[in-house]
Amino acid sequence: MSEQTKTEGTGITRRRALETTALAAATAIVGFPTVLRAQEPVTLRIAGTGVNAYNEIAEKAKEDLGFNIQYTTLVSDDVVKRAVTQPTSFDLLDVEYWMIKKIVPAGTLLGMDTKRIALFDEIVPIFTKGELPDGTKIADQGTAPFEVSFLEEEGGKTFASGATEFMTAIPTVYNADTLGIRPDLIGRPIESWTELLNPEFQGKASILNIPSIGIMDAAMVCEAMGAVTYADKGNMTKEEIDQTIAILTEAKKDGQFRAFWKDFNESVNLMASGEVVIQSMWSPAVTAVRQQGIPCVYQPLKEGYRAWAAGLTVPVHLDDRMRDAAYEFVNWYISGWVGAFLNRQGYYTAVLETAEEYMTPNEWGFWMEGQPATAPILSPTGELLDEPGAVRDGGSYWERMGAVACWNAVMDEDRYMVRKWNEFIAA
Amino acid sequence: MRALAPYLQALPLALVFATFFLVPVSLVVVVSFFDYQTYQVLIPDFVFFNYVDVFTSNVTYRTYLNTLKFCLLTWAITLILGFTIAYFLAFEIRSVPLQIFCFLLCTIPFWTSNVIRMIAWIPFLGRNGLVNETLLAWGVIDAPIDWLLYSDFTVVLGYVHLYTLFMIVPIFNSMLRIDPALLEAARDQGASAFQVLTNVVIPLAKPGIAIGSIFVVAIVMGDFVTVNVLGGGQIASVGKTIATELSYLQFPPAAANAVVLLGVTILMILALIRIVDIRKEL
Repeated sequence: MSEQTKTEGTGITRRRALETTALAAATAIVGFPTVLRAQEPVTLRIAGTGVNAYNEIAEKAKEDLGFNIQYTTLVSDDVVKRAVTQPTSFDLLDVEYWMIKKIVPAGTLLGMDTKRIALFDEIVPIFTKGELPDGTKIADQGTAPFEVSFLEEEGGKTFASGATEFMTAIPTVYNADTLGIRPDLIGRPIESWTELLNPEFQGKASILNIPSIGIMDAAMVCEAMGAVTYADKGNMTKEEIDQTIAILTEAKKDGQFRAFWKDFNESVNLMASGEVVIQSMWSPAVTAVRQQGIPCVYQPLKEGYRAWAAGLTVPVHLDDRMRDAAYEFVNWYISGWVGAFLNRQGYYTAVLETAEEYMTPNEWGFWMEGQPATAPILSPTGELLDEPGAVRDGGSYWERMGAVACWNAVMDEDRYMVRKWNEFIAA
Repeated sequence: MRALAPYLQALPLALVFATFFLVPVSLVVVVSFFDYQTYQVLIPDFVFFNYVDVFTSNVTYRTYLNTLKFCLLTWAITLILGFTIAYFLAFEIRSVPLQIFCFLLCTIPFWTSNVIRMIAWIPFLGRNGLVNETLLAWGVIDAPIDWLLYSDFTVVLGYVHLYTLFMIVPIFNSMLRIDPALLEAARDQGASAFQVLTNVVIPLAKPGIAIGSIFVVAIVMGDFVTVNVLGGGQIASVGKTIATELSYLQFPPAAANAVVLLGVTILMILALIRIVDIRKEL
C-alpha cells in the first residue's frame, strides 16, 4: 500500500503511468536494431504526489521535446521518504513546498539555477517575493513557498532569507483548498470552517488523515470557532497542538466523523456515496464527484483558504546530459501548454501570461477571472464540467489566492504533533 | 566430512533465515535505540526514550487493548467457523473428489486481492448500501444503520472474511490424518457424538488449531490495512500507529513500537505452543 495511485489528481494516473512506461518500453524495444545510434532518447523519471502527473503532459512532452516521461506517483509522506532515502530513483522531483523544508536539510536536492530558467521573471511573485502580483503580501502562516524558495548556494542545505540565484524548486502548480460539501444533502448555505464540527452533521463529516494537512484544517476550524488562538497555525506550540487535538478528540468521541480519508479516491467515494456531506477535500476530487453527476461544491469560507504549492526540482545525482534535459523540461513546463492544461483542472500555474495564450477567452474568464462561462466548460479530457452561465466556486484567481489564510506546513513541533495525531486517531 | 554434512544441508535455509529474518529484525532493534530529528532521519545513539514514549503513553495501552480485542474476537469466530467447516469437509463429505471440490470452493475468494475483498464490503454495508436499502425497502428499519460500515463490527467482519481460510486449511489437514477407525472405536465404546468430538477429534486436531491460531493471531496483530479501510480510518491498531510514524520518517519510535509488537506477538504464540506441542504432534 505504500505506492498508492493517487493523492490529488484524476483517478487513473496509475494506469496512465503504466501506459507511459509501456510506451517507453515499446520504444526501447522498437529502437533496439538502431542501438548504434549515438544517443537514446532521454527518459525523465518524475517522482511526486501525482497531483499533476497526467499522461497528456507526458505525451505532449514526447511530441515537443522528444523525451519519455515516466511518473512514479506516491502519497505525500512517501514522496518525502523517497526523496530522502532513495534520491537516485528519480531524475526530477515533483515536490510540495512543505516537503522541501524536510528534504533540503538531507542534501539530496541540487536546487534550480534561475539563470537557466527563461521565464524566471514571469513567475508569480507569490513564490519569489511572497506577494500577490498587485503587491499585497500573501499569508505567511505555515510553510509559505517563498520562505523555502531559495537556497544559499547550489545544493545547499539551508534556505536563503531573500532571493538568490538558486531556487529550491521551480513552481508548477498550486491551489487554495477549502471544504467540499454536498449542497443537495445539506440544503442551506455553508459559510464557515466551524460547520465541519457542527453537531448538525454528526456522523456525516470527515477530515483527512494526513497529519500535517489535517491539523491545518483542524486549526482553521478551531480558530473559526474561537476555541483556540494561534500565533501561527502552521507552526503551533505544544499547547496549541494539545488544544486543537482535544477539540478534535471530543468531536470524534461524539461521533462527529464518519471516516477519515488518506487517499484522493477515498474522499471522492465518501462524498459520492453520501456517507459524508462535509469534509476536507481537494479541488480535483470535487470535480471527480461532479463528473459522476452528483452535486458537490468546493465551498469558499469566510475565514479563507488553506493553500499548497508544488514545484519541480532536480536531485544531485544527474549527469550533465540529464540535467540539461531536466532544465529543458522545466522550461517547457512553464511555457504555456501545461499551464493551460493545469488551469483547466482547477489548479493554478506559476506563469500566468503564457498559459493565457493557450486558453480560450471563455476558459480564461471562467477559471481565472471568476466570470460566468459563455460556453460549456470542458475538462482537459473533454468531459463536461459546467454549463454556460456557471461561475467557478470561490470566483477569480485574486479572490481565491488573495483569501489564503495559511499554507500546508511542517511545524517545529512536528514530532510532538504526529504523536498527538496518533492519539486522536486512537481515541 | 560425514559430520559436516548435516550442517551443509541446513546451510541454505539458515542463510535465507539469517538474510531475511535475523538481519532485518536486528536492524529494527538497533534503530529502536537511535535518536531522530525532523530533518535527520537516523541519528546513531543509544537512548531509551523511544521505549519510554511507547510505555508511558496511555495511547499505547488503549491501542494494544483495541488490537487484542480484534485479535480475540477474530480468533474466536474464525476458530468456530474454521473448525466447523473443516469438520464438515473432513467427516461429512465422503467422496474425495467432492471433498477437493468443496475445499477449492473455500479458496475462491483468494483469487482476488485482499484489498479488493475488503473494499467490496463498502458499497454493500454503506449508509446507502445494499443491506440498508434492502432493509429500508422491507420496512424493517426506518433509518439506515450506521454501524454496519466504519465500525468495530466491520473490521471484525473483514478479518473473519479474509482469514477464516487460514483456520480451515491446517485444521482440515489435521482432521484428514485422524484414522476413521478411532471414531468408530469411540462410538462402539458408547461415546455420544459430542463425546467423540471433545475426546477424539479436538485433541487430535489440536496441532491444526494451533497452527491456524498462529496465522490468525500474527496477521491480525500486525494488520493496518483492513483496520484502515473498513474502520474508516477512525479505529486505531498497533500496525497503523507504526505506519503513521514511518510515513513521518520517525523510524526510531516506529522501530521501538515494532519491537514491542513483535515481543507481544511472540509471547502470545509461545503461550499457544505451550498448550500444544506442535513439533511433537506433526
